[in-house]
Amino acid sequence: MALAVRTLFFAAYRDLVRTSELPLELADGATVADLVAELRSRGGPFAHLPPDPAVAVNRVYASASQPLGEGDEVAFIPPVAGG
Amino acid sequence: MIRADVVRGPIDTAEVLAGVGDAGDGAALLFVGTVRNHAGGHPVDGITYDAYEAMAREVLRAIAGEAAEILGTERVAVVHRIGTLKVGEVSVAIAVSSPHRAEAYEASRYVIEEIKKRLPVWKKEHYSSGEEAWVGGAVPAPVGPADHR
Repeated sequence: MALAVRTLFFAAYRDLVRTSELPLELADGATVADLVAELRSRGGPFAHLPPDPAVAVNRVYASASQPLGEGDEVAFIPPVAGG
Repeated sequence: MIRADVVRGPIDTAEVLAGVGDAGDGAALLFVGTVRNHAGGHPVDGITYDAYEAMAREVLRAIAGEAAEILGTERVAVVHRIGTLKVGEVSVAIAVSSPHRAEAYEASRYVIEEIKKRLPVWKKEHYSSGEEAWVGGAVPAPVGPADHR
């Protein structure tokens, strides 16, 4: 079984990977950490994503060990600088 | 009434302040964040704010709700602008109203500090030299609001 998620990239991460959104298929039971590892293993600019970035799942900050579900929206969050 | 907004046009600070007004309160406070003309010794012409808009609205609403608890009233308004701003333009306005100034100052300060820590907004500085760069910031942690205090 596979699990389909949407990944989103903003600001410096979007500039790095040259896309704002990427659909991904992961193995059932995959966690945030698995998703990050899978992306980094693609090489190229993806290899330059940090190994333990801040990530939000469905618009809530998530830990690396959080399991993902079908259709989740997983956003890579560069260090924030609002205000 | 709590107001939390992410907008693309100019912020009317007087209107944000008027929105929290209450005749029964004695202390209203307006904080205004603007684009400054320098950064790290380099002249700056402007800033482009990028946001994860849907999440930014939710986080801003949560922060405003937490500030309302500090304040003891629901008279909290926070508006953050995104897009490209020139020097001197308003990027964020925070208004609170309370019967007492201590709570007003504390709640207003809470909102801006939490924005800096966890609002998914980023800024790219445009330098007078023609160069530009994303500004480094805070790494948000996956914890509940209570742990942010």
